[in-house]
Amino acid sequence: MSITIIKQGILDTVQDCGRYGYSAMGINPGGVMDPFAASVANFLAGNTNNEPVIELHFPAMQVLFHEPALISICGADFTSCIHEEPIPTWQPVMVNRNALLHFQKWRWGARAYLAIHGGFKMVKWLGSYSTNIKGKAGGYFGRPLAKDDLLHVNMEENGDGGFNPSCYLSARQYYRTLHWGVHEKNVYAEEGNFLIIPGPEFNWLDEASKYQLLHSTFSVAPHSDRMGYLLNGQSLHPSNHIEMISSGVDTGTIQLLPNGQLMILMADRQTTGGYPRIGNIIGAHLPKLAQLHSGAELRFQLTDIATAEQMLFSQMRNLRIIERSCHDHFNQLYAHN
Amino acid sequence: MSDLSTYNIYALNERTAIIELGNIIDQTLNNKVLAIQSWLTKHPFPGMKDLIPAYTSLTVLYDPFYINEAYSPEKGVFEFVKDKLLLACQPAVMEEASEPRTISIPVCYEPSLGYDLKLVAAAKNLRIEELIHLHCSATYRIYMLGFLPGFPYMGKVDERLVMPRKSVPRPEVEAGSVAIAGWQTGIYPVRSPGGWQVIGRTPFKLFDPFSEQPVVLSPGDNVRFFPISLAEFKSYENNQHVDNHH
Repeated sequence: MSITIIKQGILDTVQDCGRYGYSAMGINPGGVMDPFAASVANFLAGNTNNEPVIELHFPAMQVLFHEPALISICGADFTSCIHEEPIPTWQPVMVNRNALLHFQKWRWGARAYLAIHGGFKMVKWLGSYSTNIKGKAGGYFGRPLAKDDLLHVNMEENGDGGFNPSCYLSARQYYRTLHWGVHEKNVYAEEGNFLIIPGPEFNWLDEASKYQLLHSTFSVAPHSDRMGYLLNGQSLHPSNHIEMISSGVDTGTIQLLPNGQLMILMADRQTTGGYPRIGNIIGAHLPKLAQLHSGAELRFQLTDIATAEQMLFSQMRNLRIIERSCHDHFNQLYAHN
Repeated sequence: MSDLSTYNIYALNERTAIIELGNIIDQTLNNKVLAIQSWLTKHPFPGMKDLIPAYTSLTVLYDPFYINEAYSPEKGVFEFVKDKLLLACQPAVMEEASEPRTISIPVCYEPSLGYDLKLVAAAKNLRIEELIHLHCSATYRIYMLGFLPGFPYMGKVDERLVMPRKSVPRPEVEAGSVAIAGWQTGIYPVRSPGGWQVIGRTPFKLFDPFSEQPVVLSPGDNVRFFPISLAEFKSYENNQHVDNHH
C-alpha cells in the first residue's frame, strides 16, 4: 500500500514525537509542532502514538492513495477534500483506491497532521522518524516531501489480523467517514493567552519591560517557522547590558533579541541559545502555540511549575482517554468485519 | 559532602531542569559539566530524556507525566528530579578526571575556500601567513557542540585573532568551513547560513548521518589545526569520496 505526492506543499515533513538523546551532539529533537493534534490523528487512525505522521503547512500537498486506507487529519483546518468533497478533520475517514486528497482553503491554525492506519514504512534515524532538515537525515530522506515522492504504508505488520478498509467502501464511494471523533478541544481554548514560567533572565528586564511583557499584545511576525516565531510588539529592554553565555533552551523558550524583539523557540530550534531567556511557555500550551499563523496575537501571563505540571498532566490524561476510546471503537469495528 | 554554593539547580519549565555551575568560560568548570553529564548518562533517572552540556551548565530534559504516573512524588515532579540531579553534583562526580583526546584537523587556508581570510588578516593587521600560524599554534578545547549537528564551539583563539561575528551573516557557508567569532573558533559540519568569519576549509567530515558514530568530535576533546595545500585538500576530498563507495 502506498501514496504518491501529486503536488508539493510549502513544507510537508514526516515527523514523530522527536529524537531524544543526541542533543549533546548538536542533533536537536525536532518532531511535531503540535503533539496533541499529532497524537489524536494517530489514535483516530487506529495507531499508537509512536507512528510517524505527515505534518502539513498551508498551502499543503496533494496526495493520491493507491489502495483504500483509513486516515485521520487533525490540527489546523485547511479544508481537506477528497476530490471535490470536503471531509471532516478530527475524525477517522476511509478513503478509496485512487482518492485524491487535497487542501482547498485555509480556515484555522497553522499545522495539520495526516496519520494513516498502519503508519508509514520508513527507517528510523537515531531512534526517530523525525526529519532533520539541517542534517539531511531522518524522515523521508531528510527533506520535505516533494512531487512524485512515494511513501509506503505498513499493512501486514500491524497485527490486526487483516483490517481491510476496502470492506467498508463500495466501489462508487471515494470516502466514508466513521462515526466517532474528537470534538472537545479545550487544548486550543482561550486563543492567544499563554502561560509562561519566568525565565532565568526574566529579572534582566527593566520594570517597564516586565510590565509590557505581561500587559501588551504581541503578534507572530512573517518569516516565523518551525525554528522559531519572531514576535512583533513592544520593544523590551534589559536594565543592564550583560553578556550571555550560551546555555540550555527548550521549545517554548522566549528569547530577548538585541533589537528588543522577542523570539519564541519552536520544534526545530537549536540545542543551546545565546540570548537572554525571558520566559518559557508551559507544555500544555505548546499545541495552541503551534497553531498560531502569521499575524496571530499572543498575550503572556506568569505561572509556576506546580500549575504547569498539573495542566500538562490533565492534557496527557485526556489523551489517554481518547486513545482508549479509539481503541474500543476499533475493536467494535473488527467485531463487525 | 556536597557544596551547594558551587551550583544551582532550577526549572526552565515543567519538563526541563538546568544545573548551573557558573558564568565564566573556564576549562575546569566545563570539565565538571561534562563529568555530571557522564555520570547521568551512566545512571539515568526514570523519565530522563536528554542531556545538553553547554559552557557552564547542563540542561536536563525529562518526561514529567511518566514520573508522576510512576512515582506520584508528593512535592511535585521537579523536586523529584532535583533530588536525582543532586546525586550527580557530588564532588566525587565533579572531580572525576577525564582523558581528553587531541584531534588534529587539516585546514586549507586559501582565499577561495576561506571567504574572510583576507578580510580578517587586514582587520587584524596580520600577514596571511601570520594568521595561519596563530590559528595553528594553539590547542583548542571543545566546550560544547550545538547550533548544527556536530558543530564544535572551541576556544580560546589568540587575542590577535579575535574578530566579531559578521554583521550580516552569509546565507550559505560550505560544509567544512573553519571560522572565528569572538574568541571562539568553530567548523560548520554541513552547509548552512553562517555568521562567523570563515578563514579556511577542512576536508575532515565532522558529521555523517549514516556512520555508526554520526558525530566525530565530543565536548572535552582538544583540537589542533594544521595547514594543507589546495592540492592536498582536493586529494583528501577525492579519497573520502572513494571511501563512501565501499
